Amino acid sequence: MKRLLLAVGATALLAGAAAAQDAAPKIGIILGFTGPLESITPFMAQAAEVAIAEVNAAGGILGQQVVSERADSTCIDAAAATAAAEGLVEGGINAIMGADCSGVTNAILTNVAVPNGIGMISPSATSPGLSTVEDNGLFFRTAPSDARQGVVMSEILMDRGITEVALTYTNNDYGKGLADSFQAAFTEMGGTVTLAAPHEDGKADYSAEVAALAATGSEVLVVAGYTDQGGRGIIQNALDTGAFDTFVLPDGMIGQDIVDALGAGLENSFGQYPGTDSQGAAMWQEIAAAQGFDGTSAFAPESYDAAALIMLAMAKAGSTDSAAWTAQVMDLANAPGEQIFPGELAKALELIAAGQDIDYEGATAVELIGPGESAGNYREVEFKDGEIVTVRFR
Amino acid sequence: MDLLNALVVFLNFVFVPAVSYGAQLALGALGVTLIYGILRFSNFAHGDTMAFGTAITILCTFGLQALGITFGPLPTALLALPVGIVATALLLLGTDRVVYRFYRERKAAPVILVIVSMGVMFVMNGIVRFIIGVGDVTFADGARFLVSARGFQEWSGLEEGLAIRSSQAITVVTAAIAVALLFWFLNHTRTGKSMRAFSDNEDLALLSGINPERVVAITWIIVAALATTAGVLYGLDKSFKAFTYFQLLLPIFAAAIVGGLGNPLGAIAGGFVIAFSEVMLTYAWRKVVLYALPEGWAPDGLLQLMSTEYKFAVSFAILIIVLLFRPTGLFRGQSV
Repeated sequence: MKRLLLAVGATALLAGAAAAQDAAPKIGIILGFTGPLESITPFMAQAAEVAIAEVNAAGGILGQQVVSERADSTCIDAAAATAAAEGLVEGGINAIMGADCSGVTNAILTNVAVPNGIGMISPSATSPGLSTVEDNGLFFRTAPSDARQGVVMSEILMDRGITEVALTYTNNDYGKGLADSFQAAFTEMGGTVTLAAPHEDGKADYSAEVAALAATGSEVLVVAGYTDQGGRGIIQNALDTGAFDTFVLPDGMIGQDIVDALGAGLENSFGQYPGTDSQGAAMWQEIAAAQGFDGTSAFAPESYDAAALIMLAMAKAGSTDSAAWTAQVMDLANAPGEQIFPGELAKALELIAAGQDIDYEGATAVELIGPGESAGNYREVEFKDGEIVTVRFR
Repeated sequence: MDLLNALVVFLNFVFVPAVSYGAQLALGALGVTLIYGILRFSNFAHGDTMAFGTAITILCTFGLQALGITFGPLPTALLALPVGIVATALLLLGTDRVVYRFYRERKAAPVILVIVSMGVMFVMNGIVRFIIGVGDVTFADGARFLVSARGFQEWSGLEEGLAIRSSQAITVVTAAIAVALLFWFLNHTRTGKSMRAFSDNEDLALLSGINPERVVAITWIIVAALATTAGVLYGLDKSFKAFTYFQLLLPIFAAAIVGGLGNPLGAIAGGFVIAFSEVMLTYAWRKVVLYALPEGWAPDGLLQLMSTEYKFAVSFAILIIVLLFRPTGLFRGQSV
């Protein structure tokens, strides 16, 4: 009996091993489908799935169709995100597209990705802390670090002759990271931050925050938050009470929804968010429109690029093994090679099969630097007549 | 020295926001306290009940707006409010029938009902998201300001502005009407009196022939009305987002407990205590002091007792102090 059991067990193991080799390439899409980012994550996931569908339509990679599975990072709960990512690993994923918020991304990276040797590309984690994290070369991001954004934002303010601001930021890794890098850059350029006050998202009331910020006597308020969260609550309240009428809005705060909601209140305001005038951005818009969703939704193009890079890297490495494909990412994303834009993944796969170099540009003009993060092109914008108007690129 | 400007700054940044926030919390806390008093458990699903009522009201508001019906300078949502209340009442009565009655008949311990209400909370969480989605919805229309900051400056010639949003005024007026109606109902009608009797002593109430199922049903209907009104007022003042309503639960419970669970008067007082302490203790008093003091005496600092991120610490500190020294709350409710 014992021998029989052993035999059965061994056969099962062998069968399992064989199955694992034949298993289709699988990408785990882990984003905050519930929690503070639940309003933008559906589009991010959809963008990644569009890229996967595009590759599958071109015959998939390594002769197989790519499959994906969604999981919920919650954006705020590191323990829940870790458990969700572990679930994905047990489901046999070869790569992680995610996570979204910087805090949970760090948790998944250190608790799940590194111990299990799974590569991950985040479309939206922008905390500067992730640049120096111990990642064994497994972590990349198609979004730039906020260290860069802090410098860009300071330059914009200086160019406009503004040297004194009050600052409020959402109390998480993203907000704190951006606030710190901005404060450092702005002070170095000779500016003064009169008060840096954090705010919590999804709370009932922001009167106290606005009151404290207004008491500084500064004319300009930098709001490092989210469009449909505390950031917007603060701006609304500041406009209503007449505390401020000029706001500086970084990436998390820019979206058509906030312009629609606040309208003329943003006439004096300006801001910046990752973006390029590259042709890839326009091509992505068309693809998204054809799929019936808004391609300008924050971090949707970055999500498409993250998923595309994972699959192209697997194709180039000829393997779904994370150590193999992550070694190819920097090569694919940067020059030299033939430029690849959204909708051209089939062409990219052909070129890779033919052994030629490609330079993946994608929807966001991907250019990875240093520890595998986007170099960061920013769009300086103003808000005129209910539209987001691009002033220049930086 | 300019006391008038100091007063305006105080009113604009402390008093007006705290009063309207307090009224919203008070309405929410009234619902929580009623359930605690009569059904004897803490209803964690209250925030999501508010969200559900608001979601239905919003859909109805959009319908009315599409038909071209508006309410003049007042928000259309007030016209749609009764529909939201009816829908919420049906949902709550249905929940009671399917879920709570089972445990009530078994005389389940309150702690079990609390956990059950948590389950109900998650289900309602999902229902609300299915109905209206996870995004931010703005549904306020009509006149936005009663007094606008700039208008006030021009009118008074003062340096500082004072803004009173119409939604803030409506909130306070509606809350006052709702509370007056509730108290009249509890104190002067036969049903109201039977509810209070049931709350004071269930066994004696049953002996004197009060129908418990009827009391329970009426409680849920009143709670539906309070929750929907609170939710709609809050949404008018800020905006609607399912996640935010879920988060509202904390300050609402703090308000109900500080005031004394089961005591309606306490819920109202608790709402204002929480709102005022949150705003006042974290306010930077620099501007007020600048105006109030003679020139040259001005301090350099912000005069902020604690930073605004401790806002919630303030609520919870008050909560703990009250629980330690007066467990029944300020107004002698039931101890937790």
